[in-house]
Amino acid sequence: MAEMISPKERMKREQISMPEQKPKERIFNFKEVPLGYTREQAIYEAQRCLQCKNAKCITGCPAEINIPQFIKKIVEEDFSGAYNEILKTDALPAITGRVCPQEEQCQMYCVLEKQGKPIAIGRLERFVADWARINNVHGELPEIEKKTKKVGIVGSGPAGLTCAADLARIGYEVTIFEALHLLGGVLVYGIPEFRLPKDIVKYEVDEIEKQGVKIITDYVVGATKSVDKLAEEFDALFLANGAGAPRFMNIPGENLNDVYSANEFLTRSNLMKAYDFPKYDTPIKIGKRAATIGAGNVAMDSARTALRLGAEKSYIIYRRSRKEVPARIEEVHHAEEEGIIFNFLTLPIKVLGDKNGNVIGMVCQKMKLGEPDDSGRRRPIPIEDSEFTIEIDMVIDAIGTSANPILARSATGVDTNRWGYFIAKDTTGATTREGIFAGGDIVRGSATVISAVGDGKVAARAIDQYLSSGKSLKNK
Amino acid sequence: MYKIVKKEKLNDVIYSMWIEAFDVASSVQPGQFIILMINEKGERIPLTVADFNRKNGLIRIVFQIVGKTSEELSKMEENDQLFSFIGPLGKKTEIENYGKVITVGGGTGIACIHPITRALKEAGNEVISIIGARNKDLIIMEEELKKASTELIVTTDDGSYGRKGFVTQVLKELLDKNPGIKKVWTIGPPIMMKVTCDTTKPYKVETIVSLNSIMVDGTGMCGSCRVTIGGETKFVCSDGPEFDGQLVDWEEFANRLTRYEGLEKESLDEYKNSQHECKCGRRTN
Repeated sequence: MAEMISPKERMKREQISMPEQKPKERIFNFKEVPLGYTREQAIYEAQRCLQCKNAKCITGCPAEINIPQFIKKIVEEDFSGAYNEILKTDALPAITGRVCPQEEQCQMYCVLEKQGKPIAIGRLERFVADWARINNVHGELPEIEKKTKKVGIVGSGPAGLTCAADLARIGYEVTIFEALHLLGGVLVYGIPEFRLPKDIVKYEVDEIEKQGVKIITDYVVGATKSVDKLAEEFDALFLANGAGAPRFMNIPGENLNDVYSANEFLTRSNLMKAYDFPKYDTPIKIGKRAATIGAGNVAMDSARTALRLGAEKSYIIYRRSRKEVPARIEEVHHAEEEGIIFNFLTLPIKVLGDKNGNVIGMVCQKMKLGEPDDSGRRRPIPIEDSEFTIEIDMVIDAIGTSANPILARSATGVDTNRWGYFIAKDTTGATTREGIFAGGDIVRGSATVISAVGDGKVAARAIDQYLSSGKSLKNK
Repeated sequence: MYKIVKKEKLNDVIYSMWIEAFDVASSVQPGQFIILMINEKGERIPLTVADFNRKNGLIRIVFQIVGKTSEELSKMEENDQLFSFIGPLGKKTEIENYGKVITVGGGTGIACIHPITRALKEAGNEVISIIGARNKDLIIMEEELKKASTELIVTTDDGSYGRKGFVTQVLKELLDKNPGIKKVWTIGPPIMMKVTCDTTKPYKVETIVSLNSIMVDGTGMCGSCRVTIGGETKFVCSDGPEFDGQLVDWEEFANRLTRYEGLEKESLDEYKNSQHECKCGRRTN
């Protein structure tokens, strides 16, 4: 057991940075960029935690992890204990430890944040989860009395998985329906291997399955079976099928051969492993000069993937300025280190192609920032006569998603808003049809993994309350 | 896993398989498609459903060898298992009693037009079917189509069977003879569907085509299958696969089908090399 250090010593220590693959090496591989803390680094960092009585960090965690408690166990070198402490509320610790924007959540509330050196909670969470996986340590399954009621969950992304794990933990019979052939939703088709290795997703999904959750893949609810039919078979339903449909800019030339949606580009590379073509059968065509439109996390993932797949130049084209970039700072930093070229205040207005449909360039317009718009960000305004052409041969649209209508079409009485997203109460996930709950991107639009995890937790609690009160979809 | 229950070689390049997939078979409708993967390293390929048997939970697919996946699939045998098989995807054909209608099938499109033809006839339509291919050997499912339609006309380009010539020549004659034709469905190679639409255009008969774009997920998530219909971008997987043929941007559609031509060839060559088992040295690369 590592020693507890004095408060004075704690305050003196600086945050431990995490080792990373060097940019010049990593742009030629799909291996994970951050390498994780060593055991010694984790303990040293954990010792800095002040173990606040009234720990504010917990309030910043949608997964409701008892943060000081698991950090204390790291100091005690009881990593198995730390793992089980996290698993009490977060079934996906290796995932949330990697992709959560901790700087805006738990770490923002850390007392040491004021001195610019909050505890690296995410890195510690990741360390614990990785330690468990590497040492083949599994979560303790609590002794529970099995309940007879059945819950159906649509989608195996972070919302669905979390809801399933929380309900299984209290004894419900849970079935997850997944449309694709692999589990994890955006965790497997969207987020690249170099940010979230897929064997990690598989491990955490397997852990959830071990809790008795039944999983059915290749099942497109809305097509294979309607929500209305499922509602006759389950006592409650949780709809978490993700946002799904890609958005395009609706500019001329956007259906040329080498224009991808980020969804298609990333799905080919991540889910179908096109980066390992022809060992895997799915092809992906990479240009010499790739332009990614947008500046969110998905845009960073796309531009960095294009680079790894062989693009000589990989551009980000964004109509606002650096200040408005929605991606995590860490992702922008990684992208810049790797040589991604940022074009701010630039709006694509036309994609140019040859007669065979291949992209040969893109006409853009320069922008300037005007008054703030509804989102509070300064509105980009086109500058007259500022058009110019950039020479590129592939385009990736990463400007967000809209609601996929397939599921909603088959769900009578589950209302959607004018953008097609399900209307669900913040506090419960309850939709307009009793017994049917919803969460994740199909409610929020394009949001984050951790907000989906939070939705899964909220819905699990509400579903338990609904069923505990004797209600059921079947009694209707 | 999804079992291949029955396999049949229809000719040198076209195969038929019945796949056990209870969930798909219980809800499939004419005009819909499935997506399959042979194994976990495979690609996801869409195939329009050629027939189904709800009672036994079976879906029939008919495919032509065009690349690695179809080549590999053709080598699979009865009782082998497919890794993934999802569906039914896409919107179903709008079946109602229109009166007198024509269905036109070419190549493997003959298989795709089969359940549509049958459903139209069952709905009370008088259905004339025209199926065509380059020569006699390439005509498939003639018996099934004969049963499914009121009248069947077969054409071959070289005259080795049925009427000599293209399906569109027969179609034009029928349209001239029958001013009461209400609607036409056509499924086949893109150029055949386009020429069919050109043929019906002067007669102002609504003509429905079923598009076979390149897809990944097949559920509206990736947009790989997008096409321009009447100036608007649509997804074949979730808005289609059937569209008003007169509104399709055929040039763009044909271009987008060639997106991976070079890579597809590389994949097929690599596969053929790996299957080559003699010791002549061809496998060394």
